[in-house]
Amino acid sequence: MTEVAWIGAALAAARPQAVAALLRYFRDLDVAEEAFQEACLRALKSWPVNGPPRDPAAWLIFVGRNSALDEMRRRNKHETLPDDDVIPDAEHNEAALVERLDSSAYHDDVLRLLFVCCQPDLPATQQIAVALRIVSGLSVQEIARAFLVSEAAMAQRITRAKRAMAQSAVAFETPGPVERAERLTTVAAMIYLLFNEGYSASGGEAHVRVPLCEEAIRLGRLLLRLFPSESEIMGLTALMLLQHARAAARLDANGNIVLLDDQDRRLWNHALIAEGLVLVEKAQRLAIPGSYQMQAAIAAVHARAARPQDTDWAQIDQIYGVLEILQPSPVVTLNRAVAVSKVRGPAAALQMLEPLADALAGYFHYFGVKGALLKDLGRAAEARVAFNQAIALARTPAEAAHIRMNLDRLST
Amino acid sequence: MLYCMLCYNLESEIEAWTREKEAAVMAKREAVVDKLAAEGRLGPVGRLMPTTTAMTVRASREPLVLDGPFAETKEQLLGFYLVDCKSLQEALEVGRSLVGDTGALEVRPLATFYPGIGLQ
Repeated sequence: MTEVAWIGAALAAARPQAVAALLRYFRDLDVAEEAFQEACLRALKSWPVNGPPRDPAAWLIFVGRNSALDEMRRRNKHETLPDDDVIPDAEHNEAALVERLDSSAYHDDVLRLLFVCCQPDLPATQQIAVALRIVSGLSVQEIARAFLVSEAAMAQRITRAKRAMAQSAVAFETPGPVERAERLTTVAAMIYLLFNEGYSASGGEAHVRVPLCEEAIRLGRLLLRLFPSESEIMGLTALMLLQHARAAARLDANGNIVLLDDQDRRLWNHALIAEGLVLVEKAQRLAIPGSYQMQAAIAAVHARAARPQDTDWAQIDQIYGVLEILQPSPVVTLNRAVAVSKVRGPAAALQMLEPLADALAGYFHYFGVKGALLKDLGRAAEARVAFNQAIALARTPAEAAHIRMNLDRLST
Repeated sequence: MLYCMLCYNLESEIEAWTREKEAAVMAKREAVVDKLAAEGRLGPVGRLMPTTTAMTVRASREPLVLDGPFAETKEQLLGFYLVDCKSLQEALEVGRSLVGDTGALEVRPLATFYPGIGLQ
């Protein structure tokens, strides 16, 4: 391994905590990012010579803060500096700072940094893009590649998002329990959106978007290390691990979607599954049900089945029942209908679909499921109509191709 | 004399490693491990799952079960058990039965396990 590779990993790993702490000191994202950049440059010079510091994050915060303060003093002697009580004087050595980091509520720093990326006025894709830039430190080029847009367009999006963030008021005080819980909920939703950006990719896009899934999992684990008793963060991380574990089996050689029942389960990543299952169990012990935990529990039932026919559909039906109470939505009911079709047959499931017709009139999966149920009931003509509606609503060529395959089976 | 080699590192940094870097580190270690195995000197080798999967059983009047890894700095690592458990629940029961009047046990699943060769 080269030295630069090692330092690169260390800087990437320290980034969320370091930028978050610098944001708290300077209360300005641009200043915090610049300070971090400067600290990274100095690390590249210093670490190969002096060896790695014991706590890279603490080193970067300390050096970044001092260099930014020097820069401020140079640039404008009249500029108001942050209060002295939040900036220990430059006499502090690294050891003192490490102690300070341990005792301070730095987990709230990281949460705040993630939270400022979740501006409610910004479209979800912009929230994700800006989080990838600021929290994960991905380059604009990397983010543009993952989102399949030009670098210029992505740079513009991120600039716009940062402008919106700069204008919004963020509380820098340590949040109370209620506010902390709200922030966690918002941030968890953003992380799951990020995961889904990567997960819903298909065909040729799939391999370039895997990093989005991996980054989302990294952020999930990061949050869980900071908030070890949050059952929904356990659930979210478990859900992402269990879904990502199936990545290699989800698409065939032509980039077509392979449904769960048809996947080669030997291709599943069993290390990720094992980790996900432990987290599901950990979360269940706390007995505070939440929607990520329920979704993870469903993914866990699938993961435990060695063969598709071993799937405990009755249990899945039951968990969807809880999810319908926690988070009532037509999509949840649609998914439950699939489980019901396995337990009580396609007629019972089709009955559940009827009241959803209006709400899901523009939803690809609704017509895909409806077509499959009608096909199972031997109502081929109606199935064909539903499948054609699904094709019209498909978002990716892979989705359309999958339905066409069903149509072909119908005519033979 | 049997010696235990315990691995410490920054977890967030390991997670940021590229696949090439991970492969390079493991290859270097495997070369050492293969030699030890060939000499019949290698006992069990395991890689732990991330600390996010860990729980801690702390001694108290009734053993306390806490989320997260062992996080104190005043106590020292003194030993370990490797137990086959069907579930986390079962592992925690073993942990409860093992914990003494003081101290704590971290309960954490293994990601990979190699039983070793040659030790008596």
